[in-house]
Amino acid sequence: MESKTFYSEIINDHNLHPLHKHDIEKPDIVLEGVNPSCGDDIVLQLKVKDGVITDGSYVGEGCAISQASADIMLDMIIGRTTDEAIALHDKFMNMIKGNATEEDIEELEEAGVFSEISHMPARVKCAVLGWKTVKEAIES
Amino acid sequence: MESLKSRVLELRKDFPLIAGSNLAYLDNAATTQKPQCVLDAWNKYYESMNANPMRGVYELSEVATQAYEDARAAVAAFIGAASAEEIVFTRNATESLNLVAYTYGMQFLKPGDEFVVSVAEHHSNFLPWKMVAEKTGATLKCLKCEMTGEITDEALAEVITEKTKLVAVTQVSNVFGRINNIRHIADMVHAVGGVIVVDGSQSVPHMKVNVQELGADFLAFSGHKLYGPMGIGALYGRYELLEKTQPFLRGGEMIEIVHWDRVKFAEVPHKFEAGTVNAGGAVGLHAAIDYVSSIGMDFIHARELELTARTLEGMKNISGVNIIGTDEACDHNGIVTFTVDGVHPHDVASIMSADGVAIRAGHHCAQPLMDHLGVSSTSRVSLSFYNTEEEVDRFLTCLSSIRRRMGFGE
Ligand SMILES: Cc1ncc(COP(=O)(O)O)c(C=O)c1O
Repeated sequence: MESKTFYSEIINDHNLHPLHKHDIEKPDIVLEGVNPSCGDDIVLQLKVKDGVITDGSYVGEGCAISQASADIMLDMIIGRTTDEAIALHDKFMNMIKGNATEEDIEELEEAGVFSEISHMPARVKCAVLGWKTVKEAIES
Repeated sequence: MESLKSRVLELRKDFPLIAGSNLAYLDNAATTQKPQCVLDAWNKYYESMNANPMRGVYELSEVATQAYEDARAAVAAFIGAASAEEIVFTRNATESLNLVAYTYGMQFLKPGDEFVVSVAEHHSNFLPWKMVAEKTGATLKCLKCEMTGEITDEALAEVITEKTKLVAVTQVSNVFGRINNIRHIADMVHAVGGVIVVDGSQSVPHMKVNVQELGADFLAFSGHKLYGPMGIGALYGRYELLEKTQPFLRGGEMIEIVHWDRVKFAEVPHKFEAGTVNAGGAVGLHAAIDYVSSIGMDFIHARELELTARTLEGMKNISGVNIIGTDEACDHNGIVTFTVDGVHPHDVASIMSADGVAIRAGHHCAQPLMDHLGVSSTSRVSLSFYNTEEEVDRFLTCLSSIRRRMGFGE
């Protein structure tokens, strides 16, 4: 009796074939984020010039949800200003709490797949790890 | 074998949560479900026997005291203690182990002494001892195990010396499920004049345990893993040792005389049970012990071995699945810990959950062992006699689908 799971093609694809899982040269900001419940551990690296995130990546290990979420996040924030990245962070967090509008979710593009995670409270921390870390990194 | 199973189908009806659910509950090493008789005993205590045990002289208090002390006698008989006085009620195995560490450990370990803890211990049988080492200055040594979980004579000989005052080791590891030869380790420790502290959390619920035959000086276990309520556990301690050990918590009920400048503590075991006790929990544990005794520990052990064998047999045939420890059922005591290539254990457990199977994922409160094994976390299936072949098969079917569902090719 195989049930449908949260692990859609989008998540599996970003987990198994991440675009941004590597080191970048001379990052301006490096910050580690950990989620003790799954043992997820990522190191986020960003290059920021004149308030614009020109490049970004992560390295580390963890569950599929944490890894895919970080990869999708980087897809979305590279090329945007730090203010725009923070605004996306806020929308993502609202979505996880079940408070986002259809429009917000649309704006989150692929990250919208995590709207379902609110039904899996044990895994929320995995989905938000990348976003939490990027906010901390920008504000530091 | 059909007879074991048909009896199980009857026994399952005793467990309301199991009878009323489609979940395959395979996380029994974390906690077990409760039979109706345990729930009834707990209720009956509060409906008709409740008063503060040991405090009142009126009849109801005597009834409560008697029920509590009967439970103590039942625990003593169940694990083969020489007398009921050798049983101290606690909240759980963690508190029992802390009790020994904070009292016996802090009192009798000195700088220059050595003591030993195995690398495979649950954090509850490691962190209290680490604290004892830091506070007393005694040297804590690590007893290593093989990748199969086996504790070899060479490993024992390496750490047990003339200076060894204490060894803390689990009878059954909550990761490997392997049964350690406690009698053998106890003989070695006793030969150098030390004592052995045994974590019985995963053994007492699943096999016959007799503290005297094991040569255990202390043994801890939790009621909730033995079909009893949460919040009640026990510590067995050899009488002479409990006698010469200072109390743990101080307060009501654990004294004989208290004046401003003179205090005399109560007799063993009461001097270790400060404050109002968990009488409802003790009565519930008593009912649980009567329940498993009526089924028979031999039946329980045989049934769990049969289910473990089926689990291992199925797992061996699934590619990408790695079993921690050997692939012999007798080395697992109902516990099989494993990894799936390329898939994080929490993702394994989430997919299992979607298919109605409850298993554990994480470090199992045994991080030093995870380091020793070179893994950061693992998944674990743990069985009880009340599980069925169909539940095991549902787990196996789901397990064989996991890599595909996580996007790996067949
Ligand atoms: C081997 C072992 N020791 C100790 C414990 C701690 O038990 P409790 O949390 O009931 O104190 C457990 C269970 O989690 C265990 O498996």
